[in-house]
Amino acid sequence: MSKTFRLSGYGRVDRSRPVTFLFDGKPVKGYAGDTVASALLADGRHLMGRSFKYHRPRGPVSAGSDEPNALIGVGEGARHTPNLRATQVEVHEGLVAISQNRLPSLRFDVGIVNTLASPFLPAGFYYKTFMWPHGFWDKVYEPLIRRASGLGKAPTAPDPDEYGLHYAHCDVLVAGAGPAGLAAALAAGKTGVRVILCDENPEFGGALLSDSHSLIDGVAAAQWVARTVAELEKLPNVQLLTRCSAFNYGPHNMVALNQRLTDHLASAPVGMPRERIWQVRAKEVVLAAGSLERPLVFEGNDRPGILLASAARTYLQRYGVLCGRKAVVMTADDAAYRVAIEMAEAGLKIVAVADLRANPDSAVVAEARARGIKVLPSTTIQRAHGHYRVGAVELAPVSADGAVGKGRTVSCDLVLMSGGFTPSLHLHCQARGALTYDDKLGVYLPGDSVEHVRSAGSCRGVYALDAVLRDGAEAGLNAAGGEGDLPVWTVTRQDQPGEGGFAGALPRRGPGHLALAFVDFQNDVTAKDVKLAVREGFQSIEHVKRYTTTGMATDQGKSSNVNALAIVSKTLQRAPQKVGLTTYRPPYTPVTFGAFASHARGDQFDPLRLAPADGWARAHGAVFEDVGLWRRARYFPRAGEDMLAAVTRECRMVRKTAGIFDASTLGKIEVVGPDAAEFMNRFYINGWTKLGVGKCRYGLVCRDNGFVYDDGVVGRVAKDRFHVTTTTGGAAGVLNMMEDYLQTEWADLDVWLTSITEEWGVIALQGPKAREILAPLVDGLDISAEAMPHMFLKEGTIGGIPMRLFRVSFTGELGYEINVPSGRMREVWDRVWAAGQPHGLTPYGTESMHVLRAEKGYLIVGQETDGTATPGDVGCGWAISKIKPDFIGKKALALPALNAPDRLQMVGVLTDDPHYVLEEGMQLVAAPQMQAPASADGHITSSYFSPALNRSIAIAMVKGGRSRMGATLYAPRLDAAAVRVTLVDPVFYDPEGARVNG
Amino acid sequence: MQKFSAFSLARQALGRHLGWTPQWRSVAPKPSYDAIIVGGGGHGLGTAYYLAKQHGLRNIAVVEKGWLAGGNTARNTTIIRSNYLFEQSSSYYEHALKLWETLSEELNYNVMFSQRGCLMIAHTVHDVQVFKRHVYANRLNGIDNEWMTPEEAKAFCPPLNISPNIRYPVLGASLQRRAGTARHDAVAWGFARAASDMGVDIIENCEVTGIDRDAAGNVTGVQTTRGPIRSKKVGVSAAGHSSVVLGMAGIRLPLQVNPLQALVSEPVKPAFPCVVMSNTIHAYISQSDKGEMVIGAGTDSYVSYTQRGGMHVPAHTLEAICELVPDFRRLRMLRSWGGITDNTPDRSPITAKTSVPGLYVNCGWGTGGFKATPGAANLFAWTIARDEPHPINAPFTIERFRDGALIDEAAAAAVAH
Amino acid sequence: MLLIECPYCGPRAEIEFSYGGEAHIDRPGPEVSEEEWASFLYLRENTKGVLAERWRHAHGCGRFFNALRDTRTDEFKAFYEMGEKRPDAEKKEGEGA
Repeated sequence: MSKTFRLSGYGRVDRSRPVTFLFDGKPVKGYAGDTVASALLADGRHLMGRSFKYHRPRGPVSAGSDEPNALIGVGEGARHTPNLRATQVEVHEGLVAISQNRLPSLRFDVGIVNTLASPFLPAGFYYKTFMWPHGFWDKVYEPLIRRASGLGKAPTAPDPDEYGLHYAHCDVLVAGAGPAGLAAALAAGKTGVRVILCDENPEFGGALLSDSHSLIDGVAAAQWVARTVAELEKLPNVQLLTRCSAFNYGPHNMVALNQRLTDHLASAPVGMPRERIWQVRAKEVVLAAGSLERPLVFEGNDRPGILLASAARTYLQRYGVLCGRKAVVMTADDAAYRVAIEMAEAGLKIVAVADLRANPDSAVVAEARARGIKVLPSTTIQRAHGHYRVGAVELAPVSADGAVGKGRTVSCDLVLMSGGFTPSLHLHCQARGALTYDDKLGVYLPGDSVEHVRSAGSCRGVYALDAVLRDGAEAGLNAAGGEGDLPVWTVTRQDQPGEGGFAGALPRRGPGHLALAFVDFQNDVTAKDVKLAVREGFQSIEHVKRYTTTGMATDQGKSSNVNALAIVSKTLQRAPQKVGLTTYRPPYTPVTFGAFASHARGDQFDPLRLAPADGWARAHGAVFEDVGLWRRARYFPRAGEDMLAAVTRECRMVRKTAGIFDASTLGKIEVVGPDAAEFMNRFYINGWTKLGVGKCRYGLVCRDNGFVYDDGVVGRVAKDRFHVTTTTGGAAGVLNMMEDYLQTEWADLDVWLTSITEEWGVIALQGPKAREILAPLVDGLDISAEAMPHMFLKEGTIGGIPMRLFRVSFTGELGYEINVPSGRMREVWDRVWAAGQPHGLTPYGTESMHVLRAEKGYLIVGQETDGTATPGDVGCGWAISKIKPDFIGKKALALPALNAPDRLQMVGVLTDDPHYVLEEGMQLVAAPQMQAPASADGHITSSYFSPALNRSIAIAMVKGGRSRMGATLYAPRLDAAAVRVTLVDPVFYDPEGARVNG
Repeated sequence: MQKFSAFSLARQALGRHLGWTPQWRSVAPKPSYDAIIVGGGGHGLGTAYYLAKQHGLRNIAVVEKGWLAGGNTARNTTIIRSNYLFEQSSSYYEHALKLWETLSEELNYNVMFSQRGCLMIAHTVHDVQVFKRHVYANRLNGIDNEWMTPEEAKAFCPPLNISPNIRYPVLGASLQRRAGTARHDAVAWGFARAASDMGVDIIENCEVTGIDRDAAGNVTGVQTTRGPIRSKKVGVSAAGHSSVVLGMAGIRLPLQVNPLQALVSEPVKPAFPCVVMSNTIHAYISQSDKGEMVIGAGTDSYVSYTQRGGMHVPAHTLEAICELVPDFRRLRMLRSWGGITDNTPDRSPITAKTSVPGLYVNCGWGTGGFKATPGAANLFAWTIARDEPHPINAPFTIERFRDGALIDEAAAAAVAH
Repeated sequence: MLLIECPYCGPRAEIEFSYGGEAHIDRPGPEVSEEEWASFLYLRENTKGVLAERWRHAHGCGRFFNALRDTRTDEFKAFYEMGEKRPDAEKKEGEGA
């Protein structure tokens, strides 16, 4: 007997392209087209993994994405991916794969002691223990449990691969390219509508690729697949996607697909993403997801060498691999007979086909018998023996009442099991489709959904090939609108689906209280665990799932859900439809995080908004900060300066000569129309009627709950035109709020709102020399103190460039904000900069802006206010119009709670020690030593070293603060004695405002 | 009640685990109770437990329309912390946190409360200001919270990316060491078992369809799909369905429900030691005992009872996770799901009496109700039993919206200039 | 992701829109009682069933409009302009979105 299990004359692997890869460090040979599992099986190796809890040796039970056991890690270093299914990983030269969840090796794993301890580790054992002594749970027990659990290892370096994202629209999306899906795609495609067909496998065809029996239009099934795919490829309106799983069915027919592009390649083309997510908005969806064969639940059913009959057929017909030498087939379904016949033909010795049914008598059963295969009706497997590989099974007779008699043990190295086929309902359920229980088939089938979706083929319980093809074609044509020719194929040879199937635990002799008969292989949930859960009162299927973890492994219950349901149903003596089914949750199969993130990484994570002078600031060594999406220059350090030194210098220069600041990030909105003033009156707390053209006013916006929302200077450009500024962060919110009130509350107003934030770049020129610097540049515009006092605006040009010039100040100095078209701001900036050089003009950033305004006691919305402050709280009660009949916030501002004397009010704070700078966020309390928990009297909102005062200053919100000037409070530090402070007026510098009006 | 311990587990093992009995009695409703709790999630079951344990009521029913703890208790990301800004909030959550610390012993049920620490990441200068305010305020209130430099944060959570060259660099973090996670189902089951043991009737598959009142307007009971049940006290703890249930008594609430999604990765060996939250880039992650990375996504914007949202929402969260923990880019999403969160305008809960005598409500927990479970249950039980709130939950009324006395935790983290 | 039909631009993906909450809530004047004001500002039907709600095509035409949507399924029943009366949801049932 040859050592290899690879057969010539079988399979679709490319024998001309041998491939060598590493598994646990040792080379393994395979062929292009193999999976890691098929290549290892060709080597006679079934042992590929260890289970989650008991660390039992495991081999593949399936040949596809439903595999619970054969999980491996693939790739090295930053490209290591844990928990991939060996049954899906395509081999290529140089592939490096390792086994998981074992110490030190796959064959010798110390974790196997958990199997010995299994009587003490039933479902939910951890809820019942590890509670003593107090505090030991997360210090002692939990770390041990964590080390034992988990499967593979997370990579420990950033993934260097790229991922893609693609949005697509189509008329018909067909998920699954087995016979139903191919038929649907062709039927729809021929009508000319846009069709997308996707399948998770490298090749289209589904089960037909493993079907050497059926004949369609006189040719073998695989040949029909090739012919049909070729026909589809000729249709320009049809997009074909292999290695592409439909994994998420979202609202309104938005289906997400995950396409795997490079993992199967030895070297990926440069620039090709590893995976791509397709977000497909489909008018209609045809689900052709197929069905999955169910494992059988019996003692020792997890031993390597025990696998699904259909999987063994796939290994033979697609990969040319015979999974063993000597097999027992255990079935409750006819399909396994065809597998037995084909495997016997290929040289496998079939010891017997044990059939749970009393009278299996279909054509394929007769054919098997005729070929000399021994059929044992009314027979079950009592137990499988073996450790690293099944070595024998005990076959035992079952009587009509389910009693199991004494059996005999037969040796074998392979057990093929078939419990019948479960329709794949995952996507249908994600589409919030209803389910109906089919008594005859003993499975759930898809019902109605609010989405535009239909199922076709075996995923809705249609099993016979001719019926599947017809069903698929009809579904495809109907999804495409129903107009067109229905393709017709004649199936000239096929097996008819038989009656039968089985779910739950196989009947056995004796209670089997110690028997490990696995329901969920990966999570090591046994039949007795499920029964224990029911015994402990967990009767809802969702409770059973959560208590035992059945169905929560990485196969998401594909192999286990129906069996668990049947065990619960039987234990409770309650019909399966009364027990229910757990929710199918997306994704259908796991999807890489990086694929969801796709391009949104690094600089592309979020859009970056750059102010017009950003390049200049970078060239001048600015340090930046993020403010919303904007990148803003925070300060401009010179050699050897830290932030404090730089900011101190910048502030002093602004107060001494002049500073230049890019204020373009301020939000700007133009409010235009005959009713513009009335709109402003209703929107702001201030009055606007009397504001003359060419003048500016500080405006404050509340929400209707009475709390400050935003602020900014507003200029009246014309009678019917206001130039509104907002905070940097508030721009979008203010415009949205304006639109909301204008469109939905004040439809009577004739007003237009336009965001002009990007339109105008803003240069703030601040300081006593500002006018001197600016005057020569503004093309003759008179900006003298008389012609243009503080809070005035003028339109004009600066070097021929249109300009809106505001005389405003956020520094307390004589200042201007020069608004020019953003695209030309840099020119203007350079000109101002050049003109300012003789005067010592200095660039300053947001940090100096903060210090300068704090010296003046100007508030920053979002720093002094936190969404719970009224205008009165921050000293802006004066701005509230007393005469307007209504404005946003008016009603709420009259509430007693918003006028209570002990509200937090904005005050200035000085420390005893002029060099000690308080930390923003510090709390203020009445006494130096407070016993926690204590109540605060207030907190520090802004705190800086003030260059103008040459001492520290701070702004705080303090309970009843304005009436407590001169009071002493304490700011507790985290690790030192509290700091004594005095409450003062928040205007620290130039309280008379002489400078700003200069 | 069967005592749970390593010893009892071993003893039962010898008996092949055949001796275990149901953890709670799932029963049919009696005609009348002293108090009915509507909603069999963690909050509702806990409320029944504390009513029985601390307030002497034994004739109590918990009615649940589906399976026990199948709503938000089953769907959250299990983060527990108490480092809220306002004194009212932090007192409430700290009350809960203290109960969490002894809950396993209290219930004789391992709820797996794991004080792994919760790092809240600051990405902007404004974040730093806000988080430091939290640290100072919490410390004054006797709640542990500390500030960490990026390097200290990385030492605490090694997979964190603190490179200064990412789009939103880590500027620091606040750490509450007593914060952590717990096993969500276990909390509900533990409360159910302990309450049931004290005589509380747990009634599943029993949907409330009406609230009965007498001529004076007082509550007299509820109509359910399993018949009418009489009681002079009805406490509603129905999370996403609070508006629906209270609507039966003509009460409108300041609530809007939104889908909130979450997801887990496939399980891997221990790779992430604590809870990390980043409000700025919307990333919330911890690793479960099973090894799955548990990740909370943001809320979808619209009202929905579907328990699902759009995929762009978790995708956005994963973008953030991949930036913050780039080593995890190759991990895979195993499972995602949605819940229905009941959000108040100020993002603080309501645990209070209603305008209808005998009718009480505990709702508005939004995205953060799990962490409050024992605390909310404990205070809600007090409120129901005494017909007046405990001082801790006294500010959390419905009337605060009328009076303008909001407890606005969301606004407190306002976006800056 | 929802598919929302802007009455002015046609069907577009949800990410182009901002949500405006429950529709048909009229803002009263400041003369109303505190209860009525709180009711306007905060109390919501939060309907489980067909809800009239506002959307704004924020990243499109900028217009607000109303929609009827079943919050049990997220299925839209109707889209209509601001100021229009709420259509009869049942009649529109068959038309879908």
